[in-house]
Amino acid sequence: MSRLLAPVFQTGFFTSSPVHTALIIAAAVAVVAGPLGLFTVMRGQSFAAESLGDIGTTGGSAAFLVGVGALWGFVAVGLMAAAAMELVGIQRTRGRDLATGIVLGASLGLAALFLYLDTTVHNTTGAAVTILFGSIFAISASTIPVVIALGLSVIAILVAIHRPLLLSTVQPDLAAARGVPVRIVGAAYLAALALTIALCATTIGSLLSTALLIGPAATALRLTNRPAMAALLATLLGVAATWIGIVLAYDSFYWPPQGHGWPVSFFVVSLVFVFYLLSGLPAWRQRRQARARRPAHGPGIAEVGL
Amino acid sequence: MFSGFMIHAWVVGTIVAIVAGVVGFFVVLRGSAFAAHAIPNGSFAGAAGAALIGINTLIGLGVFSLLSALGIGVLGRRGRHDAVTALTLVLMLALGSLFLSFSVEYAPEVYSLLFGEVLGISANEVIPTIAMAVAAVAAIAALYRPLLLSSLVPDVAAARGVSAFAMEIVFLVVVALTTTMTVPVVGTLLIFSLMIGAPAAARSFTDRPTIAICLSVALAVITIWAAIAISYKTNYPIGFFVGTISAFAYTAGRCWSALRRRQVRAHDTQATVGITA
Repeated sequence: MSRLLAPVFQTGFFTSSPVHTALIIAAAVAVVAGPLGLFTVMRGQSFAAESLGDIGTTGGSAAFLVGVGALWGFVAVGLMAAAAMELVGIQRTRGRDLATGIVLGASLGLAALFLYLDTTVHNTTGAAVTILFGSIFAISASTIPVVIALGLSVIAILVAIHRPLLLSTVQPDLAAARGVPVRIVGAAYLAALALTIALCATTIGSLLSTALLIGPAATALRLTNRPAMAALLATLLGVAATWIGIVLAYDSFYWPPQGHGWPVSFFVVSLVFVFYLLSGLPAWRQRRQARARRPAHGPGIAEVGL
Repeated sequence: MFSGFMIHAWVVGTIVAIVAGVVGFFVVLRGSAFAAHAIPNGSFAGAAGAALIGINTLIGLGVFSLLSALGIGVLGRRGRHDAVTALTLVLMLALGSLFLSFSVEYAPEVYSLLFGEVLGISANEVIPTIAMAVAAVAAIAALYRPLLLSSLVPDVAAARGVSAFAMEIVFLVVVALTTTMTVPVVGTLLIFSLMIGAPAAARSFTDRPTIAICLSVALAVITIWAAIAISYKTNYPIGFFVGTISAFAYTAGRCWSALRRRQVRAHDTQATVGITA
């Protein structure tokens, strides 16, 4: 058995402590991102999520500048940006993208400044790459309790508001008519989204954090219609993508170019994308079969071919 | 400030601002802010790949921004696909990070690709930029009326034989062209604020399309001039100033339109009071 697995798991994979930390953090983040991502995809707020991720860059670079953990920067700035978006008017569909865009543009400008200061003040050039594209193997084990605590608070928010949130997502008019405080629920959801994006950003970097949030959820929604089932599926897919990504990145140290690992985030994002494409296969085959069956005169070409 | 290598920065910056002002007006009108954000992000991988295999960055930028434009246009055809747009753009970014991790001089490279390096623009970039600018503005001018119609009232446009899908593809290609020429100046992440900030501000000052386009170009040019000048004086990155000034312009526009709405309302109530009295 162990000889069979040897080509997959390079020596030292199970004994390395950075790998343990990475696996635990990745799993915790995926568990939170899966269910929350469902709401993001259903509410059509992928752009808001993407922007919160990019805006996290500002927080990460500011945190590096003052010398605290990047995670705290992601959390603080993410929450502020979510509040700004809520104030500028994310609840209206019209002009929503514009409001998101303006907040995004202003904050990326700040990120440019902070990253510039990071490189000049601290004299290190690696900060930009770490914040933007993540480096999960470099996370210290002391971050685990923080990640788990933040994850639990997101899940607590989600448990508290999931029923009114689901209703106001699927049928906003009905929710308003039944007295659901749509705006408060929306704001609570946005806060949870900001926290989740911060967690995703520590795992795969601020620019790529959307992948972990949107990808597994969009895939799950293509496979099932039931919310609970979709949440479970999204979580499993997220854990699978991050764990396989970590294994591949560990292996890639032995791939060309020699002695230089490929970025973990690249594997995670690619796996998420592949999962999404594969989940389209059943619907695609159904469409093809329906098309083959349609001609009235005799058997379709596809059936003769078989 | 106006000598030697700085001349190229001023020339290229001005051209970029004019095109971004024109194209951005339609981005705001069509509500395709997400696409305008996603296409530049997609082009990032192209620039990184070009740097890796040692060809001209503009070629890499052009090919990848065109690919992302067509990808978004074709995938967006089937219903709601903002999730796919998001996934496509993160995949492109991840590819970019992979390419960058292979190349030797990567950290400063990432920074200037993402946030721009206007002060490093060389003389041989001026001609291609002018050519692309002319192409982009010519495309918009040729398609001005059908594009305006299909952006504002898609149903009427479709009834009059303007294909919404064709317009979308053409428009996204123009955005890709604009992206290719803008990336070297303000970087992939901040083109977006040049293409959104000034036009959105212009739209809150006036409702007439031609005046709005002129105003949007003027605001974009002022933004980039101020950004270059302050960036030259202070040595801070140009992207910071572009982002901040754009946000200021937009806020001013919003305040102006809110003020005017209140004046109109006050005027209306006065008139009503006058009639009932």
